[in-house]
Amino acid sequence: MNGWSKKDLLGLEELDKKEIELILETASSFKEISTREVKKVPTLRGKTIVLFFFEPSTRTRSSFELAAKRLSADTLSIATSSSSIVKGETLKDTFMNIEAMQVDVIILRHSASGAAHMLSKCIAPSVINAGDGCHEHPTQGLLDIFTIQEKIGSVKGLKVSIIGDILHSRVARSNIWGLNKLGAEVTVCGPKTLIPRDIEKMGVNVTTDLSKALKGADAINILRIQRERQKAGMFPSLREYALYFGVTKEKLDKFAKPDVLIMHPGPMNRGVEITPDVADSSYSVILEQVTNGIAVRMAVLYLVSQAGLQEQ
Amino acid sequence: MTLKEKSKLMDAQMIKRTLMRISHEILERNKGTKDLAIIGIRCRGAYLAQRIAEFICEIDGQTKSVPVGILDITLYRDDLTMIASCPIVHSTKIEFDINDKKLVLVDDVLFSGRTIRCALDELVDLGRPKNIQLAVLVDRGHRELPIRADYVGKNVPTTLKESVEVRLHEVDNADEVVLMAQGKDKRK
Repeated sequence: MNGWSKKDLLGLEELDKKEIELILETASSFKEISTREVKKVPTLRGKTIVLFFFEPSTRTRSSFELAAKRLSADTLSIATSSSSIVKGETLKDTFMNIEAMQVDVIILRHSASGAAHMLSKCIAPSVINAGDGCHEHPTQGLLDIFTIQEKIGSVKGLKVSIIGDILHSRVARSNIWGLNKLGAEVTVCGPKTLIPRDIEKMGVNVTTDLSKALKGADAINILRIQRERQKAGMFPSLREYALYFGVTKEKLDKFAKPDVLIMHPGPMNRGVEITPDVADSSYSVILEQVTNGIAVRMAVLYLVSQAGLQEQ
Repeated sequence: MTLKEKSKLMDAQMIKRTLMRISHEILERNKGTKDLAIIGIRCRGAYLAQRIAEFICEIDGQTKSVPVGILDITLYRDDLTMIASCPIVHSTKIEFDINDKKLVLVDDVLFSGRTIRCALDELVDLGRPKNIQLAVLVDRGHRELPIRADYVGKNVPTTLKESVEVRLHEVDNADEVVLMAQGKDKRK
């Protein structure tokens, strides 16, 4: 036994430190495969992996699909607009039908928090949460931690600041769970209206002053302003947000450590939460995050499908 | 049923002499070190590969070392769907181009031949070597695939109930090869 027994990956909240470390360790072994001329290993040959994305996605979806293909699994991608969901079929019915087609892993993105949890209770195949509402996005959290670890070394004792719309961010929640379990000190920063009440109970520092979040941080994770979730008027204007919370070269030079890591889960709103000179600077590891995402997702697919076999 | 130590097949001195002899044979067969590279299979094959590469340089009086790579075959195993727990994946580290190289694959024990099958599949995915040769410290028989070794340290006839354990000081604090069998430990 190597310490992995979960058939699903629903969030980092449910994982313990050892399990997170195992995924990260496995991911570092998988990273080499994507640098080969033949970017493929036969490990998941004959397995079927279904990607079901109820929300738009470029990175996560292509990353999962490439990860599955590099492990030789067969993939099936279903978009909501062309599925029978539009005819009124429920989520549960849809997936019981997919399950009846003998698939092994289902990767789900859904706008409702808890969708993946609900699904995992109804069906036998492994379920991987690729983002559920404002709840969790575990593989993003893992790849962020993987990137920090790869760049700096151990995460333990590091100061990580997460800046932006914490309220709607599943990326923030997965990062907080994961980083806290590995012993990092997390600070969240954003306009008061976008910081959920009682977030301190997750074990983070809270500030509404960007300079405080930048000062002393080893890594800064800048979240996207989710325009699609901003209809309620949580802040007066994008311009005002950019003025107070946008990360610019000047603010970094003034407050941050010279070797700070700048991360962003994408897609970026250049000129809002991050200026182009920061996004393209030498601090930025944004594209490395994307590269690492494939290795992390390969590790997750490998581990959950092996655990799925044990249960059968 | 737990396995107990039955007899010692090789000690540190003998392992050293055997690896030295295999290194000589490799040099003889390949007429020197040109295009030669050594690939060890994780985990103990990797240490043996390193030792063989050092002996080769020592024998040949070369200052330029023979490239050594490490192969992790976990992802190529044919029994992943059958074993109860999923094995930990370690990384393959081959930091040179294997195209047109003469590769010597090194493992500790040759048994069913399935590990070697995995290794061959993986090497072919990494490039097109000129040829692949196989060196093992112990050949214990019972092949399940048509695979044989080019360089054998010691042939040990075994029964299927026995097993051969190679211990190397890099991981096991000792250099020895022991035959394990069910039943009483003779040493105690």
